[in-house]
Amino acid sequence: MTLRRDDALKALIPHVREEDIVVAVYQSCFDWLALYPRDLNYVAVGAMGQASSHGLGLALANPDRRVIVLDGDGSLLMNLGSLVTIASAGVTNLYHFLSANRVYEVNGSHPLPGADTVDFAAMAQAAGYAGFRSIAELDAFEAALPGILAAPGPQFTALEIVAGEPYPRDYAYIHSAEARASFRQALNG
Amino acid sequence: MVAGAVAAADMPKVAHPSGAKIIAGIKAAGAREIVALPDIVTSDGLLWPVSRDPDFRLTRICKEDEGVSICGAMSYNGTRAVLMMQQTGLMDSLNVIRAIGVDYELPVVMMVGLQGKEPHLHPDQSSAYGVRIIRPVLDAMELTHSLIEAPGDEVHIPQMIEAAYAASRPHIFLIGRSPEAA
Repeated sequence: MTLRRDDALKALIPHVREEDIVVAVYQSCFDWLALYPRDLNYVAVGAMGQASSHGLGLALANPDRRVIVLDGDGSLLMNLGSLVTIASAGVTNLYHFLSANRVYEVNGSHPLPGADTVDFAAMAQAAGYAGFRSIAELDAFEAALPGILAAPGPQFTALEIVAGEPYPRDYAYIHSAEARASFRQALNG
Repeated sequence: MVAGAVAAADMPKVAHPSGAKIIAGIKAAGAREIVALPDIVTSDGLLWPVSRDPDFRLTRICKEDEGVSICGAMSYNGTRAVLMMQQTGLMDSLNVIRAIGVDYELPVVMMVGLQGKEPHLHPDQSSAYGVRIIRPVLDAMELTHSLIEAPGDEVHIPQMIEAAYAASRPHIFLIGRSPEAA
């Protein structure tokens, strides 16, 4: 069996509370926006690799909300130090999910450096995350999700995925003032 | 005009800004979140005192561009923050500043130590290439900046932070001389 990214995201949807912030990046973002559009989706991460850092800023500034980060493996490799920063920042409300398909999917599907060998969950463990695991089956992800989201963060879950449906890549929206304004209004409303 | 290299012992004596007044200015602007990488210019007079000040929450980061995103994300609910770093980290973070600060119009306030700047010289006249290009680079990016290097410069900090948050734009304080702790 393999785990399709959109199936994994569909499994996550019932566990997302109304007040949760979801930070999503690149193809995970496009999939998530198609599957579960909501005003507390934070899509304006600006530069590749920054989703985890935005998630940390939101988690620090909004301690009463859970912050769910839907990261990409190529993105995280650009900001590996953020694992250490997050683990040492004392946030317990950050839940970091990594779609690991081992390629730069939106940039031509070239392989990541170390594509066959990198162990992302081990990196999160070494960085000091409170919990970490790697999951490659939908059944296992569905079973693990309640426990992951009930545990104190930061929690890290590497999802060894393949692409699912080809959801449209709406770059104009994720970089739009409209997306930022709707998030701000929902956060402070 | 660019200065030639001068031995430290031969440099004219100049007065330095007050770290305590910089900290007071940050507090007066309502910022309680400090996000930082150590910088030798501001280490003793600013970052160590901040690290011991219970009024602040200090988040230590591994790379400066993390801090731009952290501060930008914090601003969505009005949380005010100051990012401290050295000018080398500023240069390393330009793309994220471009995206988060300029394209997304978020109020990221930075305090940047000018490592290698001669205390008696204006940054534009420094013999250090990495120092004298900083202000022109910021100007090219249409980023506002102000220089803190003499006693009295600290007084502008609250109003500049207020202005950055009011306009929802970045502002960069360039620290040209090591602040005295007092």
